[in-house]
Amino acid sequence: MRKVYHKIIKISGNVITVEAEGAAYNELAEVSSARGVSLAQVIRLDGNQVSLQVFSGARGISTGDQIRFLGREMSVSGSEALLGRVFNGRGLPRDNRPEVTDEATPIGAPSVNPAKRIIPRNMIRTNIPMIDVFNTLVESQKLPIFSVAGEPYNELLARIALQAEVDVIILGGMGLKYDDYLIFKRTLDEHGALGRTVMFIHTAADPVVECLMVPDMSLAVAESYALKGKRVLVLLTDMTNFADALKEIAVTMEQIPATRGYPGDLYSQLAGRYEKAVDFDSAGSITILAVTTMPGDDVTHPVPDNTGYITEGQFYLKGGRIEPFGSLSRLKQQVNGRTRSDHRAIMDAMIRLFSDYRSTLEKQSMGFRMSAWDEKLLKYGKRFENEMMDLSVNIPLEKALDLGWEILADCFDRNEVGIKTDLIEEFWPER
Amino acid sequence: MEENKILEPIVGVNGNMITVEYSGRIMQNEVAYASVGDARIKCEVIRVRGKYADLQVFESTNGLKVGDLVEFTGELLSVELGPGLLTQVYDGLQNPLPQLAEKSGFFLQRGIYLRALDREKRWDFSPLAQAGDQVVPGDRIGFVMEGVVRHYIMVPLRWRGKYTLESVAAAGEYTIDDCMAQVIDENGDRHQVTMTQHWPVKIPITDYAEKLLPEKPLITCQRTIDTFFPVATGGTFCTPGPFGAGKTVLQHAISQNAEADVVVIAACGERAGEVVEILREYPDLTDPRTGRSLMDRSIIICNTSSMPVSAREASVYTAVTLAEYYRQMGLNTLLLADSTSRWAQALREMSGRLEEIPGEEAFPAYLESLIASFYERAGLVKLRSGETGSITIGGSVSPAGGNFEEPVTQATLKVVGAFLGLSRERSDARRYPAIHPLDSWSKYPSIVDKTQLDYARGVLHRGSEVNQMMKVIGEEGTAMEDFIIYLKSEFLDYTYLQQNTFDAIDGATPAERQRTMFNDVYRVLTSAFSFDEKEAARKFFLELRQLFTDRNYMTLDSAEYREQSALIEKLISTRSRKDA
Repeated sequence: MRKVYHKIIKISGNVITVEAEGAAYNELAEVSSARGVSLAQVIRLDGNQVSLQVFSGARGISTGDQIRFLGREMSVSGSEALLGRVFNGRGLPRDNRPEVTDEATPIGAPSVNPAKRIIPRNMIRTNIPMIDVFNTLVESQKLPIFSVAGEPYNELLARIALQAEVDVIILGGMGLKYDDYLIFKRTLDEHGALGRTVMFIHTAADPVVECLMVPDMSLAVAESYALKGKRVLVLLTDMTNFADALKEIAVTMEQIPATRGYPGDLYSQLAGRYEKAVDFDSAGSITILAVTTMPGDDVTHPVPDNTGYITEGQFYLKGGRIEPFGSLSRLKQQVNGRTRSDHRAIMDAMIRLFSDYRSTLEKQSMGFRMSAWDEKLLKYGKRFENEMMDLSVNIPLEKALDLGWEILADCFDRNEVGIKTDLIEEFWPER
Repeated sequence: MEENKILEPIVGVNGNMITVEYSGRIMQNEVAYASVGDARIKCEVIRVRGKYADLQVFESTNGLKVGDLVEFTGELLSVELGPGLLTQVYDGLQNPLPQLAEKSGFFLQRGIYLRALDREKRWDFSPLAQAGDQVVPGDRIGFVMEGVVRHYIMVPLRWRGKYTLESVAAAGEYTIDDCMAQVIDENGDRHQVTMTQHWPVKIPITDYAEKLLPEKPLITCQRTIDTFFPVATGGTFCTPGPFGAGKTVLQHAISQNAEADVVVIAACGERAGEVVEILREYPDLTDPRTGRSLMDRSIIICNTSSMPVSAREASVYTAVTLAEYYRQMGLNTLLLADSTSRWAQALREMSGRLEEIPGEEAFPAYLESLIASFYERAGLVKLRSGETGSITIGGSVSPAGGNFEEPVTQATLKVVGAFLGLSRERSDARRYPAIHPLDSWSKYPSIVDKTQLDYARGVLHRGSEVNQMMKVIGEEGTAMEDFIIYLKSEFLDYTYLQQNTFDAIDGATPAERQRTMFNDVYRVLTSAFSFDEKEAARKFFLELRQLFTDRNYMTLDSAEYREQSALIEKLISTRSRKDA
């Protein structure tokens, strides 16, 4: 029988401090209050004062409430029985079905030994030219979608998830609007993907602290599947809400903030989650696609900024299109040399010309006369935007590359596109 | 020591910091071990206050309790030095990662520490000193061959005073723990010298005669660097840049092509995937200087972003200490740290937990002096043996928001000799390497003639000015003369500054070829051309650019290369104009 403690000496934000003996760092506890029993986690030890973050929030907790330490850390089941199920931020069922408790795995397990990783080598096809051609997604990549409120980022996430060839999809929702959750569920159901999906959903209405557990639980489950040889895709939306929850706890704990109120360890906290993306030597893989909304469309905001330094690129979703500038897949070099010999050349040439098109647009808007070269760029830019960038375009990589040559040949002469002569000779469309 | 271990209880746990109440004697930066269950986890004393000591813990603190005991070792955080360091992959505390994987599988289990060097391997020892010799710490008593490196076995650097050699092992095969020499100190006590020794990482090794001025270029085979912003052997440089500008790709290119004897790569708080590329690819790549595997000259210190933060702080010191050790062999070593910002952030995290008064952006006030003293460990030195050895340090910096006005970049700029600033603007336009040709600078001499270089720089400057002006007054309002300068600066950018890292030939341009190429480009820059209209000028330069770029991918002086050069000559002659 574990000892029960009563002496709560501080309640601040969602953190309570209790006088207790023998509590371990990161251990779980149960707080019994008038509102029922809630889980809490030890986040600081100072002599006999133990600070805990309370998952369901500290509202309604009184100084005389009971606290019982459980002697274990947070864990989640890693069994196959999770497939098709929906859980909340504490790992409890959201779908009125029984709890799953077998194969308990601790969350936030240590990081993978770099010597046991392998170089990612499989392209994930999405049939979106802006991804497949220009910023190829690779199995085991960690990649966020940078966006602002109102953009169709969740739709994009769902579309990639459905088109990607993976064994298991894990959706971690943080501060998700209830409607968005329902849309995700419906889309997955319509495409018959619900049976290979596990959802951990924290909605905007749920207590903030619960949001902190969502990435860890999603990734712990992903890890146990990947170790069984499965290829897992983890979707996390929206990581900015996760960072804000971290900020809230840090401020409550009176930590010195680094930038804009965010704690100094924001980078390490985010990295600890994103770095779970892995291609195991002789087992499965984890690919992470996340959404990071940028307050005020500001990429220098601490959350997107730190994220960009951690992840292997980012898709920048703006105006309903994936922007070629700012978007990047760092792993594309691993795969785009083996797709088709013209892939890299098309990718570089088209973007370089598109960048020239953007400067021509600037010139045009200032009312300058357009040279013959400018006219060519304008024609090219329009076609690129309509036929490549538009998200409704749904064609395989090879078709998209052919289309690229088509557009180039329509707008430019052979020696104007800056592609190596041997490739021009092989691929330049005859007309 | 075993009998009277110093054990003290934990009284507080806050993230990766623990507070211990002590009664015995405690040393700043002393290593201690906290026990949790069966595991002993490593910590380091970082502050002593009253009867409390604060320790940073190098692993997860989960499960630690108030009252748990911490064992103090009386030793500073040290690394083991000796033959077998090359080709190894270590974490920030010098644990060999491949061996850890054998022991604990996919994950890095806490509390497992392995010996850094292979104790089974036998090395072929040749003595240099003989019985009766007077020696001091750092003196060589023999050597073993570690690949192509002559690895000297020394009297341990941390010893003090004079010693007399009583006996030296005969030539033959030994393991690292065998006694290589027996020495007697001034008090008549006997000591054994083995192949290994320990050195505290946070203290520089200063066993040399004098520091020299670094002037000889360290060839990196990157044209923008060697020609425009050179790095000297024994110098320092930094590569700040926003994410996605190509810092890591540039660092990898430098580590593969740089003319150094030993390369230490410190992957500090960055992505694990990038380290994996090194681990898996380097063994198959060839070092052009020796013809051996690139791995044979490399040591990798890898403390990626999800590995414990405190060990990240230690990792750059571990790396520089290993570089210093090989410098003592009379070698040119290159240390690449990616990224020093993550190291600074680790300092900031600890400073925050210690509740120190924060400086700018919450970085600790001592940030600048720590960065300065780190880069000062670089240098070209004359050893006591008369040979020279060097450490060149290149640190990448990841400024928040890509803004170079932040504390880490600014503190770094103050102490480095070359600044290779990567720009978002250039990487967005796919102009790689994205080193900004106007903002960057170097204090070291270039491999090409200075007047010619200044001329080329001038073209870049004026080209950029014309480009700015054209945005205001339009192309039609620009004089033909200015327009040609703009085209020439673009030509220089595309055919010389831009380089395709992923191509075997274009990706690495040796110094000699750089001089040839630069001369060719320089001739175009200084030539006068005549055009009737701007469109013709643009067309001419586009064509010329294509010919030059294609040639960059050809083997120097091959038949194909000579044909291409003839085409270039022909094209130039159609437009060149003899000046009056």
